[in-house]
Amino acid sequence: MDTFSCDVLVVGGGGAGLRAAIAVAETYPNLSVTVISKVYPMRSHTVSAEGGAAAVIKSGDSLDEHAYDTISGGDWMCDQDAVEAFVREAPDEMLQLEHWGCPWSREPDGHIAVRPFGGMKNQRTWFAADKTGFHMLHTLFQTSLKYDGIRRHDECFVTKLLMDDGRCQGLVAIEQATGKIQAITAKAVILCTGGCGKIFPFTTNASIKNGDGMALAYRAGAALKDMEFVQYHPTGLPFTGILITEATRAEGGWLLNKDGYRYLQDYDLGTPQPKPVLRSMELGPRDRLSQAFMKEQEKGRTIKGPYGDYVHLDIRHLGAQVIDTKLPFVRELCLKYAGLDPVKEMIPVRPVVHYMMGGIHTDIHGATPMPGLYAAGEAACVSINGANRLGSNSLTELLVFGARSGKAAAAFASGQRAPNPSVLAQAQDEQRRLEGHFLHKTGGTERIATLRVAMQDIMEQSAGIYRDASALRQAVTKLGQLQERFHNLALDDHSYTFNTELTSALELSYMLDLAQVIIASALQRQESRGSHQRNDYPGRDDGKFLAHSVAYRAQDGSPRIEYLPVKITRWPPGQRVYGR
Amino acid sequence: MPPTVMLEVSRYRPERDDKPVFQTYEVPFRDDWVVLDALNHIKDQLDGSLSFRWSCRMGVCGSCGMMVNGRPKLTCAAFLSDYLPGPIRVEPLNYFPIMRDLIVDITAFLEKLKKVKPWIVRDEVWPLDKGEYRQTPEQLDVYKQFSQCINCMLCYAACPVVGLEPGFVGPAAIALAQRYNLDSRDDGAKQRMKILSDHAGIWGCTFVGECTQVCPKHVDPAGAIQQYKLAGALDTLQSFLLPWSAR
Repeated sequence: MDTFSCDVLVVGGGGAGLRAAIAVAETYPNLSVTVISKVYPMRSHTVSAEGGAAAVIKSGDSLDEHAYDTISGGDWMCDQDAVEAFVREAPDEMLQLEHWGCPWSREPDGHIAVRPFGGMKNQRTWFAADKTGFHMLHTLFQTSLKYDGIRRHDECFVTKLLMDDGRCQGLVAIEQATGKIQAITAKAVILCTGGCGKIFPFTTNASIKNGDGMALAYRAGAALKDMEFVQYHPTGLPFTGILITEATRAEGGWLLNKDGYRYLQDYDLGTPQPKPVLRSMELGPRDRLSQAFMKEQEKGRTIKGPYGDYVHLDIRHLGAQVIDTKLPFVRELCLKYAGLDPVKEMIPVRPVVHYMMGGIHTDIHGATPMPGLYAAGEAACVSINGANRLGSNSLTELLVFGARSGKAAAAFASGQRAPNPSVLAQAQDEQRRLEGHFLHKTGGTERIATLRVAMQDIMEQSAGIYRDASALRQAVTKLGQLQERFHNLALDDHSYTFNTELTSALELSYMLDLAQVIIASALQRQESRGSHQRNDYPGRDDGKFLAHSVAYRAQDGSPRIEYLPVKITRWPPGQRVYGR
Repeated sequence: MPPTVMLEVSRYRPERDDKPVFQTYEVPFRDDWVVLDALNHIKDQLDGSLSFRWSCRMGVCGSCGMMVNGRPKLTCAAFLSDYLPGPIRVEPLNYFPIMRDLIVDITAFLEKLKKVKPWIVRDEVWPLDKGEYRQTPEQLDVYKQFSQCINCMLCYAACPVVGLEPGFVGPAAIALAQRYNLDSRDDGAKQRMKILSDHAGIWGCTFVGECTQVCPKHVDPAGAIQQYKLAGALDTLQSFLLPWSAR
């Protein structure tokens, strides 16, 4: 076992993690900061984000309008103090990234260009063509290299948080290259490990998105907030689930059913116009668009395909020049993975699991109630996304709350004594657990993939776009059975060198825990709000459920759900109005 | 369409193998499957001990580069149908130390990346309240293609100089240096030139152009290296002819 220590330990090298690490290095240069990640930072899933990042910068726009769009988009589940902080700090964070070299798309005079986006009343989405996440991540990664104070443990897989008397004091990880156990003590830990889309079978998410940080925090006693809110993006390519960015619709793309009809007009989203209209039709919010697809499917107006029903996204009328300038990646992805050229053909699309609004419960500084434990990005729930995140808010969220959590964790760490060395004993126990349960395990009959597919099917059937109590109750039982079967895993690989079967098994165990939390939270929320739609409770119920669910892990491993009030500052709950 | 296709996959488990050996697997053929899907089928259904890296499956994270029938490829973008009737030979990327099976050690690349200072160097840093550094679409176009590199390492696996001279900074890192040099917001070109001018830098390149050929993102590292050589030569020449000029 190798032991290390540092002041601030960031888990995850995506947008939030790198922004947090840079914030520590810049604001408290005397502190040591380490970024530990199971992949090299530039492989993190931030890389796949396409459309853009929202921040008010143009005249005619206002912070209040950004806040209102976000809050109404989130069906009033957002904490409004968090949203106000978010919209206020967003422009400077985005400018900072520009100063660090992000190749933002520009207006002819050299100023930042912005584009419309779903659910946004004004144009405020900054973009780097349609590879915004890629450019943001590489800019942050390359910039992070200039700080000698930032150390990295690349390709190290975290298995446990070290807790001492309710305080987080570090973690245990496997160095994948050697299989060696690392015990790293720290005065503060920031979890920036992203979401857990891989719990579902059909997702835009990369294979690494297993909710590692969420599960680590949950197992350590922290709460997971609003986990029932799962975002389906309305436009994914069938089979692969590859994201076709909302920017296609922002630039003027249309969604058409099998009759070539712009069906969104039938779902209280406005009337079709030739040019895109903000907060209307194809620029409505993602939850409403994905729900409209399901209704359209019920009416038999979608198109049958080998990988489920789909509708058409038509961008042909934009022309090759606009597509090549503003949506080049969409064209590249369609040519490569759908075998069609969107300049000449319509793109088949269907709703696809994309984003977790829920996550580790934090305050507006990224702090959990457990001293020393912080979270930011998709792994966290502050909450600015409420029951439905608006497109282009999550990339900005990485920056604003990555920076906030970095500064808060650094301030906390600078006033703390070094961790108690006795926590290292827990690392010894963890090493024994990993060897006994996995590396040296013999016997067993279950394959990892079998259990993973079973879990994914349960989730799609019970926690999809529309839900009801009976399917959710069945899911509780079935997931319990999968947890049992997990103990009977058969493992082929007993090597210490880059054992990806071991990490796959650990990822599966994280996902099973989180699947149970999603189902339990969804079962208890007896109302429909944003992305959480209950066939048996079709209306929003502010009287009972204008509240965040917070899930704790009970002694027996099952989730226990409590509720916290939503913070309302200036926007009392109202009706969500789009297209009128 | 054949019902199955054979994959010959390079295996190396340092605890038991002296050198890499091939293992053959039969996988279902599907015309929408890429080589990575076939590898995942092997791992999920046939042999959980096969190790390889992958993540996004959409050609942007850069994790899944391997040699497919002797050519460096992103396996998430290499369709089985392009390799019929098989067998398809899958090996780790050339010229990198092999850690395990299809996984290579890229730590040296990470060090090279840092060496070229891939960040904005400014003579005058603006405070944020002064707004964005202006950059016209034309100025963006000057460096845009060099900013598309996903660090997938295919160009290193294609580069004969990397094979002969492991200290060579290599195509992707040089292209990245040029990405910043050509950025109208950057003043760091001279610092980067100093780093790249040593023998392990650009002078090692024999201009084979393989790097540009194999790039999945249409970056032109060979072009970057040529631009650098020219700038370096002029710089050297200028120091002889105009030793008093400001440098």
